[in-house]
Amino acid sequence: MYTEEVMKHFMHPKNVGIIKDADGIGEVGNVVCGDMMWIYIKVGENENGEKIIKDIKFKTFGCVAAIATSSKITELAKGKTLEEALKISKEDVAKSLGGLPPIKMHCSLLATDALKEAIYDYLKKNDLPIPEELQKEHERIEKEKKFAEEKYGKFIEKQKEMIKKGNA
Amino acid sequence: MKVYLDNAATTPVAREVLEAMLPYLSEKFGNASSLHAWGREAREAMEKAREIIAKKLNVSPNEVIFTSGGTESNNFALKGIAFANKEKGKHIVTQKTEHACVLQTCKWLESIGFEVTYLDVDEYGMVSPEDVANAIRKDTILVSVMHANNEIGTVQPIEEIAKICKEHGVYFHTDACQSFTKLELDAERIGADLITVSSHKIYGPKGVGALIVREGVRITPFMHGGGHEFGKRSGTENVAGIVGFGKAVEIANKRHVEHTKRMRDLLEKRILEEIQNVKLNGHPEERVCHIANFSFVGIEGEALLFRLDARGIACSTGSACSSHKLEPSHVLRAIGLSPEHAHGSLRFSTGRQNTEEEINYAVDVLKEEVEALRRISAIA
Repeated sequence: MYTEEVMKHFMHPKNVGIIKDADGIGEVGNVVCGDMMWIYIKVGENENGEKIIKDIKFKTFGCVAAIATSSKITELAKGKTLEEALKISKEDVAKSLGGLPPIKMHCSLLATDALKEAIYDYLKKNDLPIPEELQKEHERIEKEKKFAEEKYGKFIEKQKEMIKKGNA
Repeated sequence: MKVYLDNAATTPVAREVLEAMLPYLSEKFGNASSLHAWGREAREAMEKAREIIAKKLNVSPNEVIFTSGGTESNNFALKGIAFANKEKGKHIVTQKTEHACVLQTCKWLESIGFEVTYLDVDEYGMVSPEDVANAIRKDTILVSVMHANNEIGTVQPIEEIAKICKEHGVYFHTDACQSFTKLELDAERIGADLITVSSHKIYGPKGVGALIVREGVRITPFMHGGGHEFGKRSGTENVAGIVGFGKAVEIANKRHVEHTKRMRDLLEKRILEEIQNVKLNGHPEERVCHIANFSFVGIEGEALLFRLDARGIACSTGSACSSHKLEPSHVLRAIGLSPEHAHGSLRFSTGRQNTEEEINYAVDVLKEEVEALRRISAIA
């Protein structure tokens, strides 16, 4: 059911961990759906003065596809400019993994969402201009989060507790 | 080391079973209904198997109806009783943790005008006999409650339920696929009218099972045709499969059950003692000897299953990510598991072939993989 590349990223995921003084943090998913991803980025500059993703780490609660797509997207995004990173689509992630079962495509969407949120977080925190497309994506993600929160309120509360303990 | 801990899904075919079957897949190929010597030879072998199974359940041989397996037997029981007794009533009582073949058949019967009550279970997956009694109405024709649950192993109080059914004049059916030869199942003493049993759960071949239909039970055949199986289930008999099934029942003994239980208990004890944030699902005591279902908090079931698979260990999961519908198993939902517990669930089921060495290896590996996934996880 899973390709060799997916299994490689699942069994030996790249860039697992957190960045304590991250420049941007993206958090998506919820425990009710059974997929949660956190992406941490450190932003630097390349020789052309463009902002790049100097370092990137992730933590994921989820299935084989969820872990593999998170790992893959950190691999794809590391060293890229923010602009290039924002262009990484869920199809890019899936293709780079040699394909995903159709039922698991939503995992690759979750990974790109987490990355977008991390970049959004960085831009917002530093009062930098936010591209219109990114703003729209952020609003969509926020809306989905709110919907899940309303529907699964007390589970989300419990989940926030668990994360606090985990990141302590 | 390769360790197979998914015996509730299926079991290896025992050596003696395979040996018993082979002649009926080679020179003894006759159709059991043929009048000549080839036919009689096949017929004799089949009837011998039937007697063995009948004896094990304390029923008459003519009450053992061979089918293609548990799913067909369950379909036969539910549809057969429904169609034969619909003038009397169209209400059926069952419960929420039944196997999909029972629940889906009930859903289908609902779509054609029958009414089904799906009883709730408690946090251990147990049905209350009182709830059964309260659910029975004047137009109830059947109560179906499984003996041992396939996902969490909980054993239902079927003797009490059968008694209640008898008092109300309602047929009682039990799906005993996971309990046959593992728990005592005396159909006469328990008072069940219909019992489903399956071959491949007990070291027999796949593709064969039986429905026990006690004398006098009004049932419409599921398979019409040449009138095989006392007119109750037509179709040329799977002689080799039936012979294998009979052999599997013949060789099943108490020592097997004790061994399986010892292996399961060892696995369970070590997991609960040595791994943090684990929950055992199912009834702590009233559980069939081979099943242990756990929730590992902070990680997801499918992920854990594949990591164990990569290290040679087989088990199964009820997590959402592993299902086609992206929903956690209906059994885990019915016992009220929270999402974080339902997602991290894993079922281990031991068997005769497991050794202490295998169990210890599996637990050691499990510990490593749980830790590895918790390091990756966002909520561990």
